[in-house]
Amino acid sequence: MSNNIYLKKGLDLPISGEAAQSTKKVIVPDVVAVKPTDFRGLVPKLLVREGDKVLAGTPVLADKMSQNILFASPVSGTVAEVVRGEKRKLLEVRIKADAEQEYVDFGVKNVADLSAEQIKEALLAAGLWPAINQRPYGIIANPEVKPKAIFVSAFSTAPLAANAEYALAEDYEHIQTAIDALGKLTDGGVHLSLNSANYSGTPFHKLANVIQHTFTGKHPVGNVGVQISNISPIRKGETVWTVSLVMLAAIGKLFNTGKYDLRRKIAVTGPKAIDPAYVVGYPGIAVKDVAEFYNASENLRFVSGDVLSGTNIGAEGFLGFFDNQISILEEGDKYELLGWAKPVRCSQFSASRTYFSWLTPKKKYDMDTNLHGGPRAFVLNNIYSDVLPMDIFPVHLLKACLAGDIDNMEKFGIYEVLEEDLALCEYVDPSKIYIQQIITDGIALMLKEMC
Amino acid sequence: MNGLRNLVDKIKPTFEKGGKLGFLHSTFDAFETFLFVPNTVTKRGTHVRDCVDLKRVMIMVVLALVPAMLFGIWNTGYQHNLAFGLNWGFTDIVLYGLAKVLPLYVVAYLVGLAIEFVSAQIQGHEVNEGYLVSGMLIPLIVPVDVPLWMLAIAVAFAVIIGKEVFGGTGMNIWNPALLTRAFLFFSYPSKMSGDTVWTGGVARFMEEGVAYQCGNGLVDGFSGATPLANPTLANLEPKFLDMVIGTIPGSVGETSVIAILLGAILLIWTGVASWKIMASSVLGGLAIGYLGYALGATDLPGYYQLVMGGFLFGTVFMATDPVTSAQTECGKWIYGFLVGALAVTVRLWNPGYPEGMMLAILLMNTFAPLIDHYVIEASIKRRAKKVKIA
Repeated sequence: MSNNIYLKKGLDLPISGEAAQSTKKVIVPDVVAVKPTDFRGLVPKLLVREGDKVLAGTPVLADKMSQNILFASPVSGTVAEVVRGEKRKLLEVRIKADAEQEYVDFGVKNVADLSAEQIKEALLAAGLWPAINQRPYGIIANPEVKPKAIFVSAFSTAPLAANAEYALAEDYEHIQTAIDALGKLTDGGVHLSLNSANYSGTPFHKLANVIQHTFTGKHPVGNVGVQISNISPIRKGETVWTVSLVMLAAIGKLFNTGKYDLRRKIAVTGPKAIDPAYVVGYPGIAVKDVAEFYNASENLRFVSGDVLSGTNIGAEGFLGFFDNQISILEEGDKYELLGWAKPVRCSQFSASRTYFSWLTPKKKYDMDTNLHGGPRAFVLNNIYSDVLPMDIFPVHLLKACLAGDIDNMEKFGIYEVLEEDLALCEYVDPSKIYIQQIITDGIALMLKEMC
Repeated sequence: MNGLRNLVDKIKPTFEKGGKLGFLHSTFDAFETFLFVPNTVTKRGTHVRDCVDLKRVMIMVVLALVPAMLFGIWNTGYQHNLAFGLNWGFTDIVLYGLAKVLPLYVVAYLVGLAIEFVSAQIQGHEVNEGYLVSGMLIPLIVPVDVPLWMLAIAVAFAVIIGKEVFGGTGMNIWNPALLTRAFLFFSYPSKMSGDTVWTGGVARFMEEGVAYQCGNGLVDGFSGATPLANPTLANLEPKFLDMVIGTIPGSVGETSVIAILLGAILLIWTGVASWKIMASSVLGGLAIGYLGYALGATDLPGYYQLVMGGFLFGTVFMATDPVTSAQTECGKWIYGFLVGALAVTVRLWNPGYPEGMMLAILLMNTFAPLIDHYVIEASIKRRAKKVKIA
């Protein structure tokens, strides 16, 4: 607890629909999808054909650039459909699951006896390498590099995010195994960031072989990018890796049980979720598998992840590889008479003092997806850094991205940020600019020009 | 409400692209979004959005200006009443003020908004809210007797050359309202300075011998001068309270310290304007004010500089314009301090201009990006050093 980092800036979004800490059901998967779109910049190579039998852990995709990076099926079953989009871009590999799950046996391994190379090979072969995220840019880690350090955030402050202690209660041993394994891949150690508010309440503070940090603050303090920026900012030429707790649990299970087992507790949340709670399922499960949580006759949006930086997957969609949360909220495609001119708008939240929601700090709001205004140029300039606890200049970074000015993007911190870190800037923006999209485009430009 | 919505939906196709009145697309959109928050939903990125938008932000600034405007209307009538010795009651004073100030508003908004609508149409943008504030400000910073055609030309200049050529609200370098004033100041100096322009009706009386209400001449001992014309302690000490309340001649809305402070409280409370700029501008003004006092450039203690002329109005409403001021937190302190310091410097040491606020803000608008540049450079260097040590 000695080196607690206190971050003043940020905002905890008061959105309703937090999942109760109970598991409502265990999903028996019907059709699951492996989605190459979950990974930035991935050019996938298809390894299976429709009708092929696969087991949980059988590779279905490879990275065209480095073909030893594999993507595996989370379930055993039959490849039902390969979905392609414009220009035949591969979107989904849909797999019809068997009633009984069979796993590829990768063999139980004792991490202490393995070398760094053997650990890499094990992760690559089992399709778990993509679980490791590389910064800058948030891409799949490059197995050839040795990162400066590996960072793990042991808590999430995202709106309605799954509670790590509850969701991963049974995975403590696996997480320890994974930390021991990944620690061998870097000289900088595994940095684990804990929430100081719940330090003694979480079992994760007992994890060994980590360098501990504690953080106090509001969202986005739980984002690993914000934590890195306050522990040891990423400079030009440096590489760090990040792994989520959910993925650590999967990596640990691979070594401890020999199985590619991505089962996880998934929080079904949001203002329009009926009795929000947890379910046990796989990445790639269909939204329909949680049909009892929503009213299908309403006009709803289904988000894989949280409402700030998750992906809109639609009622026919599938949960993303990294996500353990589904957010359900109403599409706000309604007009509101004189909305901006009303002295008070009780049912809506604003972080701005131009409204009065600061008077009711405990209230939760049924937020919908309305933009609440029209797009404008940047006008206010102080509101963005108020919700971004990083030592960067967000407006300048965004304008450099818009201008495609690589020198200035570097200077203003493009190496340190991912979309999720600036999601709150986008939320509070009265100019209604698509800030995360600007960062996405900026990172795409950097990848094109620099790699 | 539904009836209104149905009506809007019914006439909407006429104004859409390909419709009969498609060329008025942006104008229709502006009025529609004024009435209704649009039904657009988030497409990428964050799925939920704060309910604040620029309309709300701008309306806060407009609200903050209301006390100064109301006081300005009253004071216009009051000064006229004093100058001509009319012994008017409250109603007459306000009616005269309205008769003089309302036309300024009508011209400022009509000309400015017309240009905004046309350029939004040409550029295919939505109409921006920024001019709601500029149009509210402009009548408050001009002498009440400024001819309306001059005002119209100045507004057109400021909106077209000062704003639209740069891309509209958010892209401009100089504060459009101040640019309007600067245009008037340099193009028509006889209407913008001197002792006779600040009181409604006086200029006309001097030229034609008639005022708004005929019969009465100017009272004996009428000066019409603002405090800045003769800034000595002997002259101003008896008037100090008047200067705080605002019952002195001056531009329409800038005379009352109390009305301006009411606006400042709202702006700071809502976080729309930066308190750092306001505070540092006041500090800068005080610093140079007292320096001049110590050096003998004036016999007025520094705090007099704050209540004279447009200093406070400029500090609260114009220097804090988020688009044209410095954007970095440290830069705001530097920017604000220099605004205040320069304004008072011009007052004390430049015999040509009795007031320096307008030029100080416009000059610092010009330098704001430079200040930001050096603040950011310094921050980046500091961080590089920190990493080296670590």
